[in-house]
Amino acid sequence: VLSYVTGLGWFLALAFQPLVPRTYMSENAMGSTMVEEQFLFGERALSYAREFAGHKKKAGGMPVAWLEKTMWSLGLEVHRQPFARTLPFPDEARERYMVKGTNVYGILRAPRAASTEALVLSVPCSEGPHNNQAVGLMLALAAHFRGQIYWAKDIIFLVNEHDLLGMEAWLEAYHDINLTEVQSSGALGRAGAIQAAVSLELSSDVVTSFDVAVEGLNGQLPNLDLLNLFHAFCQKNGLLCTIQGKLPRSEMDSLPAYGHSLQTLLLMVLAQASGRPHGDHGLFLRYRIEAITIRGINSFRQYKYDMTTVGKTLEGMFRKLNNLLERLHQSYFFYLLPSLSRFVSIGLYMPAFGFLILVLILKISFWQGAPGGQDPSPSPPHRPPVDPTVTPVSLQEPRPGLLALVPPLLICHAAGLALYFLPVLGQRVATQHFPVSESEAVVLTVIAIYVAGMALPHNTHRCRAGAVGVPGVPSPLAVRLSVPPGPRRALAGGGSDRGWMTLKLLALLYLALQLGCLALLNFSLGFLLAATMVPAAAAVTPNGPKVLLGALLVLATPAVTLLLAIFLQRELVEAPAAVAEGWQLFLAALAEGLLQHHLYGSFLFPFLALGAHPCWLLLWNVLCWK
Amino acid sequence: FQDQAEQFFRSGHTNNWAVLVCTSRFWFNYRHVANTLSVYRSVKRLGIPDSHIVLMLADDMACNPRNPKPATVFSHKNMELNVYGDDVEVDYRSYEVTVENFLRVLTGRIPPSTSRSKRLLSDDRSNILIYMTGHGGNGFLKFQDSEEITNVELADAFEQMWQKRRYNELLFIIDTCQGASMYERFYSPNIMALASSQVGEDSLSHQPDLGIGVHLMDRYTFYVLEFLEEIHPASQTNMNDLFQVCPKSLCVSTPGHRTDLFQRDPRSVLITDFFGSVRKVEITTETISLDRDVAGFESKLPKDELATEPLKYAEQLPVAQIIHQKPKQKDWHPPGGFILGLWALIIMVFFKTYGIKHMKHIF
Repeated sequence: VLSYVTGLGWFLALAFQPLVPRTYMSENAMGSTMVEEQFLFGERALSYAREFAGHKKKAGGMPVAWLEKTMWSLGLEVHRQPFARTLPFPDEARERYMVKGTNVYGILRAPRAASTEALVLSVPCSEGPHNNQAVGLMLALAAHFRGQIYWAKDIIFLVNEHDLLGMEAWLEAYHDINLTEVQSSGALGRAGAIQAAVSLELSSDVVTSFDVAVEGLNGQLPNLDLLNLFHAFCQKNGLLCTIQGKLPRSEMDSLPAYGHSLQTLLLMVLAQASGRPHGDHGLFLRYRIEAITIRGINSFRQYKYDMTTVGKTLEGMFRKLNNLLERLHQSYFFYLLPSLSRFVSIGLYMPAFGFLILVLILKISFWQGAPGGQDPSPSPPHRPPVDPTVTPVSLQEPRPGLLALVPPLLICHAAGLALYFLPVLGQRVATQHFPVSESEAVVLTVIAIYVAGMALPHNTHRCRAGAVGVPGVPSPLAVRLSVPPGPRRALAGGGSDRGWMTLKLLALLYLALQLGCLALLNFSLGFLLAATMVPAAAAVTPNGPKVLLGALLVLATPAVTLLLAIFLQRELVEAPAAVAEGWQLFLAALAEGLLQHHLYGSFLFPFLALGAHPCWLLLWNVLCWK
Repeated sequence: FQDQAEQFFRSGHTNNWAVLVCTSRFWFNYRHVANTLSVYRSVKRLGIPDSHIVLMLADDMACNPRNPKPATVFSHKNMELNVYGDDVEVDYRSYEVTVENFLRVLTGRIPPSTSRSKRLLSDDRSNILIYMTGHGGNGFLKFQDSEEITNVELADAFEQMWQKRRYNELLFIIDTCQGASMYERFYSPNIMALASSQVGEDSLSHQPDLGIGVHLMDRYTFYVLEFLEEIHPASQTNMNDLFQVCPKSLCVSTPGHRTDLFQRDPRSVLITDFFGSVRKVEITTETISLDRDVAGFESKLPKDELATEPLKYAEQLPVAQIIHQKPKQKDWHPPGGFILGLWALIIMVFFKTYGIKHMKHIF
């Protein structure tokens, strides 16, 4: 208990500002913000934006021909890349199975350098009136950059259609690999290895603040130096920069400030745990290209910045990135940000998780002590309190007991597999029988299988305790095992204490292993799951208060964690959601998780379906042991 | 007349050489190249010809793709002075600037195929100026991000030069962080040394140029250069003035110098003895008879046949008295990871052998 509390307390203390180090620029080559920005094409950017908006409305999608012509006239090397993708099931946003699009990109060749390295400025081309100004600014920046001679790397100006889909298609074609099943013509023009990328989203003529997004696919983060660069330029130009949409506060020691930074930290943890890329930059991270997304927000404040200032900031950032000699590697890759100017490195936050896992490890390692005293029959009444003699005595017992554990294990994992495969495979059948759309069908199938998993233990118990002809859903293995009478008695005896203890031991080991591995890849997800599942896992026993433990275990299940996390996140961005709205968001999140797994290879859904859910089902089995 | 004749033979050198070394490469070390090139220009202006200058630079600034003014290297903000110019002659460029090449240049152990411009062909009447700049630390200087030269190696190289009679007098200037550590170990006679900062201090750069995007020069060399701009071949300014250049208020670091190995009084050493190549030519119409006084000057040179025992490091002149070092704070560090791990292992094994049950009895 103490360890759990320490773990949570450590995590909460991470948000406390004075304890947390300030960010600083680690890469020597980038230096300070010592450049003189000369970008003056603010008005030009706006006029490009208006033209783009007009053409986009006319074309109904992306005005490929106009973009190509404009980029060509600016002096860039223009290429287009058409791509197509078949979705596993259509979601509400796209409403169709096949998505087609075109990416257009122009390459600015460095005048005096070999084209061995490149920087990318990408702008997503969204539906409707979003992001037009970003395209305009990008074109104006391209015009300005073309006139400079100090570029040592090529610059690629990319406009991608359908946001993440287009970005994934472009990245795969650029690196000439085939991770997801996107069909596209290969990328025609290349510019060398990409060192860094900035994704820009601007939807209004004037901007009051900049928001930066760092979380990427599967919780990967870009190098902290890129964020430091952005922060340094914000300070130099006196811009208002935010992270997670939270305004920076000046005083650091007071309680409201602590609450504020804790909120920012929690938002980042939630965002990272979801494994969704929060912006186009998230897909770059898989190729070890550092990338961030900068969003310009117009929120009716007094002080506004015009396009020229935005352009100057970007120009400064690109000049500094130009000075880089190697990939960004000096600063941290694993960190959490309670605010834009403070960071928590992995060395500081890992102990929090360590304490949580310590609970499980303590439970597992003190195993020999607990069950020995609780079942009187298999062990002799007097037992010398030395380890080596206990184990051979108690090992005779669970050997048939271990065999009795196999059916629950198999069933739990089969439930996980069903959860993973069935929804997508069965959506056609579901839509034929029920009047729901395909995405709803998928989501509802997921929930149905999930809840059905909770009813399984009763079926497995029935087949184990009774004879052959018991109705229910006997697994054939359990039937075969229960046939020979001799071991059956031992099985029935194993169905009591030793059985569930061994099952619990297995479940705890499994959980600890999974969470440990997960925390290394995606710390936030590991920490969240650990914080919710560890107390329930450690406390579960069939002998205690069943209703209470059952409620605790249900609360700890990953699906409920997701639901609560959605409510928490809405609460933290100061737009609290009503219950119905929350439920809708929950369903949408489930669909999104499935879709992202199939489209981009996000591992949240398969992990939950094949890893965490069977583990939870094992614990549920332990709880419902008879 | 005799006085003038005395003055004529005041210093013992007949020719001047300069070895100017910039040990860094990469675009963000622009200022080191600018430092070296500025000293190069001053030295050339004061008379030392290219054939007597060995210039070692990683020559990647002027033609770097990141240079917004290609083919130039500026030393002053607002691009007043282009020190790269049209007539720069770099002898060791790019990857040839290595510790090995530097030491070979100094000691003269060069393969016979080396061109003449890459050799230091000095004799026992040469005054040599050695200027080094780059990134350094306590006792070492980093060469091009891949190797280092230590102060001991440098001192030994100078001793080799002395024993082979490759110099008459040597002026060693170093502009790096903790530069004073580099001249602590010298033990050969006739060496005077200057450094831009003491041990434990960093040398700082002078001014950034926003148009180019890097720092252009280091402070110490900037002020030395300002000082040198006022020197012309006939100036009588002496070394004491050079020691006053760049006080702490301007330079932030404390420049240091070392003159104990030098035979002459620094007050009587002209700047142009090292920085320029001044031919002493006086036209007279009368004959002057040189008397034994001049020969007496000769005897002031060290008689190394008298030095019977080899000098040992420990018996060197007490460095600490000359160079004020900051006392190093010994803070207590918690025991390192290895020791902790070892103890943890021992404790774990202890508890395992005695059984966890016993722990319950203990606690």
